[in-house]
Amino acid sequence: MTGTLLLWRRKTVNFIMLTVTALCTVLAAGVLVFILGYLFIHGAASLNWNFFTKLPTPVGETGGGMANAIVGSVKLLLIAACVGIPIGFLAGVYLAEFGTGTFAFIVRYVTDLLNGVPSIVMGIFAYTIIVLPQKHFSTWAGGLALGVMMIPIAVRSSEEFLRSVPIALREGAVALGASKAKSIFTVVIPAAKNGILTGVMLNIARVSGETAPLLFTSFSNRYWSEGFNQPTASLPVMIYTYAVAPYDDWHQQAWSAGFVLLTLVLGVNIIARTVLARNQHVAR
Amino acid sequence: MGITFLCAFSILAITGYLVWELWVNSAMPRDKFGWSFLKTETWDPVAGDFGALPFIYGTLVTSVLALIIAVPLGVGSAIFLAELAPPLISDALAFMIELLAAVPSVIYGLLGIFILVPVLRVIQPYIKSVLGWTPVFSGPFYGVSLFSAGVVLSVMIVPFIISISREVIRAVPNDQREAALALGATRWETVWDAVLPFARKGIAGSVFLALARSLGETMAVTMVVGNDPKIKASLFAPGYSIAAVIANEFTEATGALYTQSLIELGLVLFGLTIVINAIARLMIAVSERGKL
Repeated sequence: MTGTLLLWRRKTVNFIMLTVTALCTVLAAGVLVFILGYLFIHGAASLNWNFFTKLPTPVGETGGGMANAIVGSVKLLLIAACVGIPIGFLAGVYLAEFGTGTFAFIVRYVTDLLNGVPSIVMGIFAYTIIVLPQKHFSTWAGGLALGVMMIPIAVRSSEEFLRSVPIALREGAVALGASKAKSIFTVVIPAAKNGILTGVMLNIARVSGETAPLLFTSFSNRYWSEGFNQPTASLPVMIYTYAVAPYDDWHQQAWSAGFVLLTLVLGVNIIARTVLARNQHVAR
Repeated sequence: MGITFLCAFSILAITGYLVWELWVNSAMPRDKFGWSFLKTETWDPVAGDFGALPFIYGTLVTSVLALIIAVPLGVGSAIFLAELAPPLISDALAFMIELLAAVPSVIYGLLGIFILVPVLRVIQPYIKSVLGWTPVFSGPFYGVSLFSAGVVLSVMIVPFIISISREVIRAVPNDQREAALALGATRWETVWDAVLPFARKGIAGSVFLALARSLGETMAVTMVVGNDPKIKASLFAPGYSIAAVIANEFTEATGALYTQSLIELGLVLFGLTIVINAIARLMIAVSERGKL
């Protein structure tokens, strides 16, 4: 009698707990569907051409767009990519091809720690080395902050993709008389090219939504920013300032900007992740 | 070849330079307040009195609250995805959850202000009628609060916990499962008694990683936490966090002492996240056996 009761209890616990885990998953995935749905409906509704072509209007006037912020974001990402990708990629080559021993271990560990540094602290870093001596905000400072943030992910993703190149390819190149450097740059890297490019895309998508490091480096600008030495508007910072401002029209524009930003970020992510082979790991 | 070594070395140099800049540029408040900076409750820019305690308190409270919500939810989902769901559904859901991790934090802030805060305003009387007698849920509720920040943070860190825990659980050898099932254990008993103990360190690592994320999270918290540098027992009271005060006051800071106090807060935040990240990476590495 007690035996049946115990079995019944075990089966009930089994059923309840398994259901709970399924509900957890539904809830977590439901959040994404909700976020996307809400943003797409709300953001797309207030989106129009002016958003892409016009400057922001003065406070109190409705209409206008965020053309300067879009261009600003592109400029910031350009600088960031020029800083972060070469350093990160070459360091990744080092770790994948020559990375044995204590030094490589330390570099890997520090890279992971750098990856965990809060983005606002990166902003302070760029502020102290560029804004403070120059005494003004600039696109350079914002781009540098984002660029440093790109390094750790670039290192890890290029290292992993280079390591996944079969050893036979390297041996083949060396057997044909190529030096180690020659085999790396003419055989190994081209073989890992697709993976590395995917990593670069994901990396740019990640920093394109960063707001905190830009607040006091590239600051903001209600007009066009010429060259790279002036403060500039950027999409994420515009979303922030428009969302916390007390005007309804600005809130609508914040939703539009959020919609555009999220579409770009998720679009790149979906393309990059589906292009990637199933089993390949994506650095985070 | 030399250039790749140089680039690898430059990562160490950049990290060192970062610490150096934070240290040098926060010398003034360190000389003036010393260790009491961390223990003082006043934040009065006008009088030139700066203490970090309200911000440290707010940062810790919001992050712990986020963990309380996110850990059961995340580990539960990870178990479902790794152990129970058919592979096709598991992969599809895991893909969606990875996308959640890619959503920029300012978007979470936007949704926090315009969706979460109004929703919480509606449901807070019910929470209060049940738990209002405790100091934790007492006092008036304005919408922006430590509680709102904790909830937004929990949504942001759940994807990290799920995707790392799922991988760790999947890496548990199949022998464990087969042995438990062969002894007559139910599916749940197999998971709970045979699989999870194996994956414990990795799951703990994912939790620490998520904790480090939420401590350093800036935008979403700034937008819903209420920005009030006071220490109150109630989660419904507005509060402040380290990252939020830096984001809000940095450009407005007048005088070197004010700016440097904010930079010292940045140094505190840096130290906090570095320590927790170091622990997390070590735990995940141990659980994956020697791979760092």
